[in-house]
Amino acid sequence: MIVAKRKPFDEIMQLVKGHKKVLVVGCGTCVAVCLAGGEKEVAVLATELDMGRKLANNPVELGSITLERQCDREYLAQLDGMVKDYDALISMACGVGIQFLAERFPDKPVFPAVDTCGLAVNQDVGWYEERCRSCGRCVLGLTGGICPVTMCAKGLYNGPCGGTNKGSCEINADQPCAWFNIYERLKAQGRLDCLLKVQPPQEWKDTTPRTLIQPGYTKPEKAKT
Amino acid sequence: MRLNYPSNVKIILVPCTGKVDVIHMLTAIQKGADGVYCVGCLEGACHYNQGNLRCRERVNHVRSLLQEVGLEPERVRMYNLSSGEGPTFAAYAKEMTENIQKLGPNPLKKKAGVA
Amino acid sequence: MKSGSNLEKVLTAGHFAFTGELGPPRGAHAEEVRKKAVFLKGRVDSVNITDNQTAMVRMASWAASLILIQEGLEPNYQMVCRDRNRLAMQADILGACALGIRNMLCLSGDHCQFGDHPTAKGVFDIDSMQLISTVKKMRDEGKFLSGADLDGKPQIFIGAASNPFADPFEWRVHRLAKKISAGVDFVQTQCIYNMAKFREFIRQANDMGLTEKAYILAGVTPMKSLGMAKYMKGKVPGMDVPDEIISRLQGVARDKQAEEGIKIALEQIAEFKEMKGVHGVHLMAIEWEHRVPEIAERAGMLPRPKV
Repeated sequence: MIVAKRKPFDEIMQLVKGHKKVLVVGCGTCVAVCLAGGEKEVAVLATELDMGRKLANNPVELGSITLERQCDREYLAQLDGMVKDYDALISMACGVGIQFLAERFPDKPVFPAVDTCGLAVNQDVGWYEERCRSCGRCVLGLTGGICPVTMCAKGLYNGPCGGTNKGSCEINADQPCAWFNIYERLKAQGRLDCLLKVQPPQEWKDTTPRTLIQPGYTKPEKAKT
Repeated sequence: MRLNYPSNVKIILVPCTGKVDVIHMLTAIQKGADGVYCVGCLEGACHYNQGNLRCRERVNHVRSLLQEVGLEPERVRMYNLSSGEGPTFAAYAKEMTENIQKLGPNPLKKKAGVA
Repeated sequence: MKSGSNLEKVLTAGHFAFTGELGPPRGAHAEEVRKKAVFLKGRVDSVNITDNQTAMVRMASWAASLILIQEGLEPNYQMVCRDRNRLAMQADILGACALGIRNMLCLSGDHCQFGDHPTAKGVFDIDSMQLISTVKKMRDEGKFLSGADLDGKPQIFIGAASNPFADPFEWRVHRLAKKISAGVDFVQTQCIYNMAKFREFIRQANDMGLTEKAYILAGVTPMKSLGMAKYMKGKVPGMDVPDEIISRLQGVARDKQAEEGIKIALEQIAEFKEMKGVHGVHLMAIEWEHRVPEIAERAGMLPRPKV
């Protein structure tokens, strides 16, 4: 899932300081699961803002709502009737949701309340670890299911480098060396031959904004609104 | 035991301090409470294993939120005792009340629009 | 003097500057650079050496700049943000200065997709605006971008590009202002064909006092043919070629189109010389270096001032 981290309160206060009526919009999908921007976090932020603005003698009228998802038009449509009552929106969705919200209401300032941190696994409640950089050219089949782009600090395709240190990465003893793990796993599977061939330079697919149209689907002439 | 404890303390019963969420404590302060404290079982003696430990984490979180907002983090605290310790309960209530009195009233009460 | 470069001296002495451009070869022949340099020597104050222009791999711009110095010309070392991170950039700036390079043009760089390695990862660790302020910090404060002290400040005359024609037009002058406040000493513009729009751009820059804070060199590229004009009009992003240019070229025989293109360029240069806020011309004679002597002569740019 996509994970995100709540922005520092001061930063959010600064972003909205000139606005008197603000709607805090949460997202009930990824950012709710990772405890950054779901219903609970919306309530906490709204309460904090209420208190902070009162203490600053600059009270703010707040509304809050958490949509099922902010990256789908059908859920954003729920806001159509209510946005006119506010002069700014705060989104607690990932960067995708924030932009889709802003796109739907182009005359309203939209402010982010979270920093989107990547695609991660849920190790335990409140503990997430990145696993994918969505490069668009998956090599996991050759690397024992361990991503060298994400898990190797240098993103090497032909590792490990000389900095590997008893199974750890040179950047930090607590960071496992991805290529050490790739080697160990492939060895256990009897597939070390996967590593013998030189991997050629990557044909990067993520250097321009990407559009995905699945087979059997087409992009309509004019996108629906 | 007929123990006296300060009458300004309003007790809210929960099955376990693990049930107390950040937003409960924060809302109490938002609505004008001068302080909030959670009294849980002794650490290591939670019937649900982790409840009081979770509560401690949340109390710490609320304290940092209050600091961000510009309020004194000391307005929120965690205490632990065992169910047989009536006198300790009264002592904690007294201590908390004294600490809050030193801080003075919740500044939000002076601001417009606080219920 | 910030750098003591010839270009800086020419501009600070109040002369109308004239700069040229040279694209390094796609191979290791130093001779290619020397051959092109012959046409430019003595005819321009400084020569821009492009850095992997249009995202095509070429001889490194610092290396071609050094060959130019050997030939007795002054290079204007171009650096794009696309191909190196902030460590490599700062290292190259120090190295370039140590070997006598005194002018630099800070650019973002065309996207890799346009070049011969379209699937390369663009670096863009910092952008052109940030590169300008990095060079300025190194030169004026003697500090790296990180804030750490460096020993031996790089004396560089800092340049940037400006495109007066890209959308939105009313924002362009503010972007120029940002580059100037980031620390630019001189600015070379995109090739100008739409004179009306450029006059308006310069008027805005004059009104904002920008032309007193940095030297503005108007970009001129003579059209070699009608085909080139049509290509520039239709295919090159951010290029504004008015219909009157096309019709002028259409109005002459095919073998006279190059001459007509040069005539248009000469008329432009004549106007720039009189234009308040324009301090020189940057002539980008793309793969046409051998025509520079003639253009310089006919434009009345010769001899170049000795400062």
